[in-house]
Amino acid sequence: MAPILSISDLSKTYDTGFQALKTVSLEIEKGEIFALLGPNGAGKTTLISIVCGIVNASSGTVTVDGNDIVRDYRAARSLIGLVPQELTTDAFESVWATVSFSRGLFGKPKAPEIVEKVLRDLSLWDKKDSKLVTLSGGMKRRVLIAKALAHEPRVLFLDEPTAGVDVELRRDMWRVIRELRDTGVTIILTTHYIEEAEEMADRVGVINKGEIVLVEEKAELMRKLGRKQLALHLAVPLAAVPDGLSAHNLELSDDGEELIYTYDTTGERTGITTLLQDLNATGIRFRDLQTRQSSLEEIFVNLVRTPS
Amino acid sequence: MNIHAIKAIYRFEMARTGRTLFQSIVSPVISTSLYFVVFGAAIGSRIAEVDGVSYGAFIVPGLIMLSLLTQSVSNASFGIYFPRFTGTIYEVLSAPVSYLEIVIAYVGAAATKAIIVGLIILATAALFVPLEIQHPGWMLLFLLLTAVTFSLLGFIIGIWADNFEKLQFVPMLIITPLAFLGGSFYSISMLPPFWQKVTLFNPVVYLISGFRWSFYGQADVGVGVSLAMTLLFLGLCLAVIWWIFRTGYRLKS
Ligand SMILES: Nc1ncnc2c1ncn2[C@@H]1O[C@H](COP(=O)(O)OP(=O)(O)OP(=O)(O)O)[C@@H](O)[C@H]1O
Ligand SMILES: [Mg+2]
Repeated sequence: MAPILSISDLSKTYDTGFQALKTVSLEIEKGEIFALLGPNGAGKTTLISIVCGIVNASSGTVTVDGNDIVRDYRAARSLIGLVPQELTTDAFESVWATVSFSRGLFGKPKAPEIVEKVLRDLSLWDKKDSKLVTLSGGMKRRVLIAKALAHEPRVLFLDEPTAGVDVELRRDMWRVIRELRDTGVTIILTTHYIEEAEEMADRVGVINKGEIVLVEEKAELMRKLGRKQLALHLAVPLAAVPDGLSAHNLELSDDGEELIYTYDTTGERTGITTLLQDLNATGIRFRDLQTRQSSLEEIFVNLVRTPS
Repeated sequence: MNIHAIKAIYRFEMARTGRTLFQSIVSPVISTSLYFVVFGAAIGSRIAEVDGVSYGAFIVPGLIMLSLLTQSVSNASFGIYFPRFTGTIYEVLSAPVSYLEIVIAYVGAAATKAIIVGLIILATAALFVPLEIQHPGWMLLFLLLTAVTFSLLGFIIGIWADNFEKLQFVPMLIITPLAFLGGSFYSISMLPPFWQKVTLFNPVVYLISGFRWSFYGQADVGVGVSLAMTLLFLGLCLAVIWWIFRTGYRLKS
């Protein structure tokens, strides 16, 4: 299946001379939820802004369902909805008016029933006549989502949709996003929250300093996450892993006080029982034991950490 | 053509005007009345006639032009500057609209409002002085061309400005003086010969002159020249806007 969004060799150097993106390539499949993770300043917003036509790329090409974003910008942009990171709304417009405006702006004829549905889905219906200035931050965020959905986009970009949003609203948004995905909308969201990516995404991409450093199926990541470590604190430090235990996947810590066993929790056998039996047989005694699991967060931190 | 988008932006802009409807209508009515009191009644009583037209009637086309210019520039510059300032411009930039459509919508709305104000002033003036309009078709043409041209200029200013001072600066320091010195309240022929020459470099002279001709059939410069100059200025503004959009100047980084 051809990807719905195809980014190739995209780079961006701002007027200040700062290179925000260094030859980024990425393909997004139709109907998936893709989470783009990255620290502040990684280039997430820049990437999204280029795809949506708000920032000009320095080089590279982007196509949306086969439409080049520069040459066939009308076709490309009609397919896209964008929820920006910043809460930028007009002040004195009503919710209804601003959402209807967005629909018209994207070239769609008036359709009160669609606007109504969008507002109801986002629990904004009772606020439809409220002026935007009177809404809370979370409500404004919903209005921005409603505006992005008003023209029934096929691809939805959400730039940190849950920043500054309480738990309940976040659950609501996740539900809305899943429902959209079920109707075939492709969703690309950026986030700082690892749990959000874990919870929502089909695939995860990590961007750091303008470079995509990892793109992986979440299932694959979860498999990596499924890897656990068992740490055994030895009663007597060892100089090396004893020969009698070489059959096991063991490592010795630098100070010799800890034996570390890595195993796969998703595997049929973890091998823990035999390990313990063999330890007993070799006469190694331990004071304490502990299991650890690497989280997506840890993987993420390792990926984006600056080597010092 | 994305007609829905043009309509959406145009309606949005007109709704913005609608919210300040009272101010939009009342302030030109009041200021026009003041001009009539000061210039028409107080000064006009000492100036009998200009080119065979009573002074009160003589200044009407100039007064309308004065408001038309300032209204066009301020409406259009504010209309495009404000979304840039608040950041809501992102939506227009990400929409499937061409630059031409953006200009038509914003400039169209700004010009519409300016023309409405112009007509309100005309109606107010009719309460003070007996008016005749010899060439109503031409009158409307000049009204339209001027409103569009100066709304384009306002649009350019709204894109160029990166703070509110600059936004105020051009209308205050350039448009108003040019309009005052362009013969809003006097005939060029009343000036010393040297200043008559200098004044011809003021583009507003041609607008006012042409507009006044459509009322009273007489003018400082020929109506053909007036029309040509107006169109020239219109073309100039269009060229600048074309360049702005071609380069993405101040709209996209
Ligand atoms: N208009 C601009 N001019 C110059 N530099 C810019 C501009 N916009 C962004 N940058 C720089 O480009 C880099 C990437 O910014 P971007 O907003 O894409 O990051 P981000 O990943 O979205 O960060 P965050 O998580 O904080 O939103 C940053 O270092 C930023 O300072
Ligand atoms: Mg960002």
